[in-house]
Amino acid sequence: MASAQSGTLYRGREGMWSWVAHRISGMLIFLFLLVHVLDTALVRVSPEAYNEVIGHYKTVVFGLGEIGLVGAVVFHALNGLRIILVDFWSKGTKHQRGLFWGVVVLWVVLMAGFLPRHLMHMFGA
Amino acid sequence: MSAQTSPTRIPDPTTRYRRTGQRGVNTEMLSWMFMRASGALLVILIFGHLFVNLWLGLGVKGIDFAFVAGKWANPFWQVWDLLMLWLGLIHGGNGVRTIINDYARSSTPRLVLKGLLLVAVVVTIVLGTLVIFTFNPCPAGAEPSLLPAVCQG
Repeated sequence: MASAQSGTLYRGREGMWSWVAHRISGMLIFLFLLVHVLDTALVRVSPEAYNEVIGHYKTVVFGLGEIGLVGAVVFHALNGLRIILVDFWSKGTKHQRGLFWGVVVLWVVLMAGFLPRHLMHMFGA
Repeated sequence: MSAQTSPTRIPDPTTRYRRTGQRGVNTEMLSWMFMRASGALLVILIFGHLFVNLWLGLGVKGIDFAFVAGKWANPFWQVWDLLMLWLGLIHGGNGVRTIINDYARSSTPRLVLKGLLLVAVVVTIVLGTLVIFTFNPCPAGAEPSLLPAVCQG
């Protein structure tokens, strides 16, 4: 494992940073998933309890948080497909850097689709 | 170290490189396979989930008890959500296990963290599964205006 003595930068560049981002986004999604199962479980308590708690998701702060969450999910999904290609496609390792930029471009496209729609839902346009 | 020792034995380049030295199937290989297989499935499941819940209709503003009840009245969405729950938590739990293995240096914190992780994953899977299967879209005595359309009449 890397430490202050041995240096924390591995090889740098696309290969390492995609790995870092995959880890951070994965950890974030996992923690959200635990909370999300708990909030959904409130449907077993009462309609009022569920509506009360899920109502928080409709506030501006949570609405912005959802953008971050969807961004993390979309990145993790696309980069995960890139990892599958690197592992199983014979030319995957050779093109891993190009695949990373493909992930970035697709991420921007998907987020550009989601963002205006979500903001419209949030602010009721 | 000395030059007198026998020459280094270089393996035949056609022999397969074995990281673990184990033959055939082993748990870490199964875990590696599972991450890729479940990951590919989760991309479809979660993109579908986000599309239906955050894109269609009123988006996040449309989510309430009646919305969830309307979805789970259909076995299709029950199975969809059940798959997401199990695959998502096992995939995520296994990912966090890898992170603990990488960063928890000594054995006691490592064991404690993995124990906590296991409890969190098992409790969440059991709770979520029970909720999906014991859910009642029309609970007795509930305010009728909060219930899905299927409860009327």
